[in-house]
Amino acid sequence: MNAPVSFDQESARKAGRERLVVIGNGMAGCRAVEELLERDPDRYSVTIFGAEPRVNYNRIMLSPVLAGEKTFEEIVINGQDWYEDNAITLVSGDPVEHVDCANRSVISASGRVEPYDRLIFATGSDPFIIPVPGKDLPGVVTFRDLDDVDRMLCAAEKGGDAVVIGGGLLGLEAAHGLSLRGMNVTVIHLMPTLMERQLDEAAGWLLKEELERRGQTILISADTEAILEKDGHVAGVRLKDGREIPADIVVMAVGIRPNVALAKAAGMEVERGIVVDDHMVTSDPAVLAVGECVQHRGACYGLVAPLWEMCRALADGLTDRPSGYQGSVTSTKLKVSGIDLFSAGDFSGSDGSEDIVMRDAARGVYKRVVVQDSKVIGAVLYGDTADGNWYFDLLKKGEDISDIREALIFGQAYASGGALADPNAAVAALSDDAEICGCNGVSKGKVVACIDAGAHSVDAVRSTCKASASCGSCTNLVEGLLAITLGEDVESGPKTMCKCTSFTHSDVRRLILEKELKEIPQVMQELHWTTPDGCSSCRPALNYYLLCAWPGEYVDDQKSRFVNERLHANIQKDGTYSVVPRMWGGLTNPKELRAIADAAEKYQARTVKVTGGQRIDLFGIRKEDLPAIWADLNAAGMVSGHAYGKALRTVKTCVGSEWCRFGTQDSTGLGVKIERMTWGSWMPHKFKIAVSGCPRNCAEATIKDFGVVCVDSGYELHVGGNGGIKVRATDLLCKVETEEEALTTCAAFIQLYREEAHYLERTAPWVERVGLDYVKSRMFDEADAVAKLAARFRISQKYSQIDPWAQRAGGDRKDLHTHIGEVRPLQMEDVL
Amino acid sequence: MIGNWLDIGPVYQIEPGMARTLPVEGGEEIAVFHTMTGDFYALVNKCPHKQGPLSQGIVHGAVVACPLHNWNISLKTGEALGGDEGCVPTIPLKVDAGRIYLLRSAVLGEKPKPEAA
Ligand SMILES: Cc1cc2nc3c(=O)[nH]c(=O)nc-3n(C[C@H](O)[C@H](O)[C@H](O)COP(=O)(O)OP(=O)(O)OC[C@H]3O[C@@H](n4cnc5c(N)ncnc54)[C@H](O)[C@@H]3O)c2cc1C
Ligand code: HEM
Ligand code: SF4
Ligand code: FES
Repeated sequence: MNAPVSFDQESARKAGRERLVVIGNGMAGCRAVEELLERDPDRYSVTIFGAEPRVNYNRIMLSPVLAGEKTFEEIVINGQDWYEDNAITLVSGDPVEHVDCANRSVISASGRVEPYDRLIFATGSDPFIIPVPGKDLPGVVTFRDLDDVDRMLCAAEKGGDAVVIGGGLLGLEAAHGLSLRGMNVTVIHLMPTLMERQLDEAAGWLLKEELERRGQTILISADTEAILEKDGHVAGVRLKDGREIPADIVVMAVGIRPNVALAKAAGMEVERGIVVDDHMVTSDPAVLAVGECVQHRGACYGLVAPLWEMCRALADGLTDRPSGYQGSVTSTKLKVSGIDLFSAGDFSGSDGSEDIVMRDAARGVYKRVVVQDSKVIGAVLYGDTADGNWYFDLLKKGEDISDIREALIFGQAYASGGALADPNAAVAALSDDAEICGCNGVSKGKVVACIDAGAHSVDAVRSTCKASASCGSCTNLVEGLLAITLGEDVESGPKTMCKCTSFTHSDVRRLILEKELKEIPQVMQELHWTTPDGCSSCRPALNYYLLCAWPGEYVDDQKSRFVNERLHANIQKDGTYSVVPRMWGGLTNPKELRAIADAAEKYQARTVKVTGGQRIDLFGIRKEDLPAIWADLNAAGMVSGHAYGKALRTVKTCVGSEWCRFGTQDSTGLGVKIERMTWGSWMPHKFKIAVSGCPRNCAEATIKDFGVVCVDSGYELHVGGNGGIKVRATDLLCKVETEEEALTTCAAFIQLYREEAHYLERTAPWVERVGLDYVKSRMFDEADAVAKLAARFRISQKYSQIDPWAQRAGGDRKDLHTHIGEVRPLQMEDVL
Repeated sequence: MIGNWLDIGPVYQIEPGMARTLPVEGGEEIAVFHTMTGDFYALVNKCPHKQGPLSQGIVHGAVVACPLHNWNISLKTGEALGGDEGCVPTIPLKVDAGRIYLLRSAVLGEKPKPEAA
């Protein structure tokens, strides 16, 4: 398939020129030649080898071709006439198979030998194929060239199911195209965030929501185990968790690797890519390389912008005007129509960098600009990318943004708008009937009137005229109005949950229910969090609030839990752990004690101590031994004591009427029943219970979160007690006659505390904050309140009474308990 | 030069926001971190304060909060942040084609040589 150029005529024109051979008829190869022709059209006689049987086209536009928005003809960059007009010999459909550096010639698959004075590698990348069974089946395709697109279009004609492995740029563009072509598309992504190299968690979540809304199925944190076959063709994909997804076509888009095989065989220095200097020259001075196949100063690129810069430096070098390539900063856009997404630079949240975040839930907008030393170092934009190029420009030029910092996040128009750059001045300029709060329809005039009437804090404004009480996106406007109207006299109002939000704990809990918010990134977007992914105080709190609000539905986020709750054991000061098995109501037996003794010896517990909660603590257990010791304790019938969690800890009991001469009721039996009912429940903070058999109160029930004191006529129920630094005796909640009532009231009290307390607020400060009368009225004003609360507690318990130790001992989350490998210096190869 | 790098396995062994450990016989245990934004870092698994196991801390941005007393340690430089003083050695790391590599000499505790790549 050589270009139809007359050989005689051509050799005549080329006589006397240096011979330049280019391997690769792709984007970088042809651009390099274009740049060269522009500088010195007569210097080289050029031959381009291309493995693909076609002219040079714009590879990035394959996505619109797949989506049906463009034809191949429309994406050709250089047609046949370009090669002819410039006397370039195109050898297409005939890949170079051998490079002989010593004799300066290349040999193609068809046997064509082409000598060179200068050689350019522009071989691009190969799609990376994950080594799973079934990867070579017919119907498994990659997304790199026109043939791949043809294969996908062929499959799409028949309709059916498509699976795309890889939720990065390429994978999502493939998924979009196939979906527009009428296929039922599932994207399988290994990481928890789509496009995690380019997006942060917040933007990745918005993207996922939008794609799902468009009918694609997005499976995150999903690891492919095998590609399934039927009748010699691909039939589906099986994930490591056992799920199987049917597929008539599977697109592998998990990444690319520089195509270096040929260069390596020719003896060029090759690491990840072909190593080049600033003039794109390889380890052989006669050979250059350009495009995705190269590695420059340790970096390989997968986008076109850097290639253009490389091509300029290469052409400058080849025409004796060396300039030098300095490396590139890249930015990303996703070419999926209707989705605006932009990212650039560093947004890993490093030392000393600061995030400026703006969210607009109503418009689905999330903007984050990362600033360090008064310079923009990164940006992620979703939903509104109009200012992407402006931020990218500020970033590349390293401009000082101190002067426009306040207005930076609102964009270029705003930041350069003089008076508007002061947000307060902008608010002052609004007319009285301008709408401030869209959710509740409150005008500027109303907000000001309400401030004049005495609402001197954001919170007071919220509770009087409702402005900013729903989604919070106008909080900064309300703050502006307060500042303009009151100056110094603005009051700070109740404490917000943390520095990431303007809402209090109670607001957040209420809004989670009202707006049915069910994921952490969703809460952050809808409630206009001012940080990209929260902080170490709001993440655990939100995780708990969601867990409490949506039992059985919300999936616990391990990343938002502290080490003790992640590992289900207490970390000690030497980095080992302590293990406390549950002893129901403080009861144990020889079998359990024997198992504990055996475990203490086997796992070399250095200290064995009886805790104040009537159970046994084994200290000094190594992280990697935890699943094994749990398995041993499980085998003797014991489960986790949750001594490590914001959860139900122990139910301490005295011996009660069974043995004690003073005992009035079976306190031990009731304690066991309470512990069986309440164990495993997650709480705002730790929660301790005790049951004493008579008012002598040997179990110290009156300094517990919930305490039962048995009396002749029934059971006194006490709440809100605490030992610790600030001792607080309980308040008497009520008295009941039967064990059944004691149990139900206990469940109801716990549920009220679970639903209404702030995260990390023990019952004692909670009861003091809201008042005992409030607790009583919530429980007893309505006849069936206790029953309803208790019923909700029991529903939630259905999902939490699963022994975490048994799950882990059974192999769940092995990654949390095992080393990644082990290094033995003498045989470094043996990373196990 | 590939020989200078020790392949410790595929990236998906470490969930983003988490870390895993690599004991070194006769040397210091190493903690390998995967941040929420997909970056990887390796540090000696010992807090400069009182040797807390950094691998067990909460990762936020490119920072880990030590599980023992909540010092914030930079994953990029190993330095303690926010007024605390101390530094833990970092181990040069690279990711290639979905696998994680650590610089051999640094794994063994030798001073990291400037890398040509
Ligand atoms: C679907 C898709 C969408 C993309 N979207 C974007 C985007 O939106 N923005 C962006 O910046 N980038 C995008 N990219 C990436 C961009 O296309 C690449 O960065 C660019 O094409 C790389 O140019 P290159 O010349 O190095 O490689 P290529 O364009 O791949 O060219 C290499 C050529 O060399 C040929 N070749 C290889 N070995 C031999 C051999 N031995 N003999 C002869 N020929 C050989 C190959 O067949 C190929 O034609 C996208 C890529 C794809 C596949
Ligand atoms: C933040 C402060 C506290 C710390 C760091 C702390 C730490 C501990 C530790 C390490 C244990 C050992 C058992 C285990 O591994 O869980 C324990 C158990 C216990 N602590 Fe505390 N504690 C604190 C506050 C309190 C308070 C305020 C009280 C009193 C109300 C208390 C009472 C107890 C009791 C009774 C036990 C035994 C509990 C059981 O068996 O589960 N502790 N605590
Ligand atoms: S509290 Fe009463 S019943 Fe229980 S052990 Fe003490 S004296 Fe006996
Ligand atoms: S040991 Fe890390 S903070 Fe104290």
